[in-house]
Amino acid sequence: MELLEIKGLTKVFDNKEILTNVNLKISRGKIIGLLGKNGVGKTTLIKLINDLLTPTKGEILINGNRPGIESKKVISYLPERTYLNKQMKVSEIIQYFKEFYENFDSEKAAKLLKDLNLDMNQKLSKMSKGMQEKVQLVLVMSRNADLYILDEPLGGVDPATRDYILDTILSNFNEKASLIISTHLISDIERILDEVIFIDKGKIVLQSEADKLRNKENASIDEIFRRKFKC
Amino acid sequence: MEFTFDNNIPIYIQLLEYMKIYLISGVFQCGEKLPSVRDFATTFKVNPNTMQKALAELENLSLIYTERTNGKYVTKDKKTIEKLKDEYATTLAKSYFEGMKRIGLGKADSIQYLERINEKNGIIRD
Repeated sequence: MELLEIKGLTKVFDNKEILTNVNLKISRGKIIGLLGKNGVGKTTLIKLINDLLTPTKGEILINGNRPGIESKKVISYLPERTYLNKQMKVSEIIQYFKEFYENFDSEKAAKLLKDLNLDMNQKLSKMSKGMQEKVQLVLVMSRNADLYILDEPLGGVDPATRDYILDTILSNFNEKASLIISTHLISDIERILDEVIFIDKGKIVLQSEADKLRNKENASIDEIFRRKFKC
Repeated sequence: MEFTFDNNIPIYIQLLEYMKIYLISGVFQCGEKLPSVRDFATTFKVNPNTMQKALAELENLSLIYTERTNGKYVTKDKKTIEKLKDEYATTLAKSYFEGMKRIGLGKADSIQYLERINEKNGIIRD
């Protein structure tokens, strides 16, 4: 059974089609880049997978289940905007996650926080934007999930930290899980991707192995993307 | 060591090159057991699937082999490695002489340059 299968998915808002007949299959053990310009439907697609929106048409199956309680147990999702209470200390948030998610590994979280020099006793509100992003990413990556979905995860972090985060993703990643990273900052992340999905104007325009595409076009994914979607 | 990758070239091909150099230079010896795919992926900081692809390609080239349950080993056949080394050395030498020819230098001058530059910088010592 596919980890994630999307069939004929369409989403309409205010008479406008945000996603049109999206078909996708995602198997286990892959790191996938969901790549598209701003406002082409990346976040809408992710929200649909996470049961935060309902499809107008079509079907989404995660391990064979429609989005709901079961799928939420196995998907670890990093939203574009934070939902955490900024008055909480990091240690309190960790406790909260531990109680909420059966598959949350608090030892792993503690280790990652330490590596990133983040203080457990600090309140989120006292942290910089980049530090808050790191905390959220640690929380998401510390769940033993089947599918990790990161929506624009690296926007606010410096290049050194970004590399650390990518390496953390790689080394914490297990073969049974897959990870979807949505971003428009392609060159920063393309080295860790197995597969890329290009999305434009609500449609999937390409799904390919990253190295195959580089081979075929003799260029980086970033370059291929720019050529294809020139403004 | 930091490994750098050019995003314009398939990553597995670049990994393949790094690995070939490892084999030619004897970092991994004939018949030696190789680290796991995961260990390699961590060292190179690449996706394990990409590493797997590079190792599969090395296996296609008969430079390494898999023992069913034990993991991967460098070929026991020294000649295969020697041949690879010869190919590399030939390519390097060719490209050097072609470059010298392009800037109008003859055979004697070209060889003299090699010796002098090596002497001055102490790159290869006996």
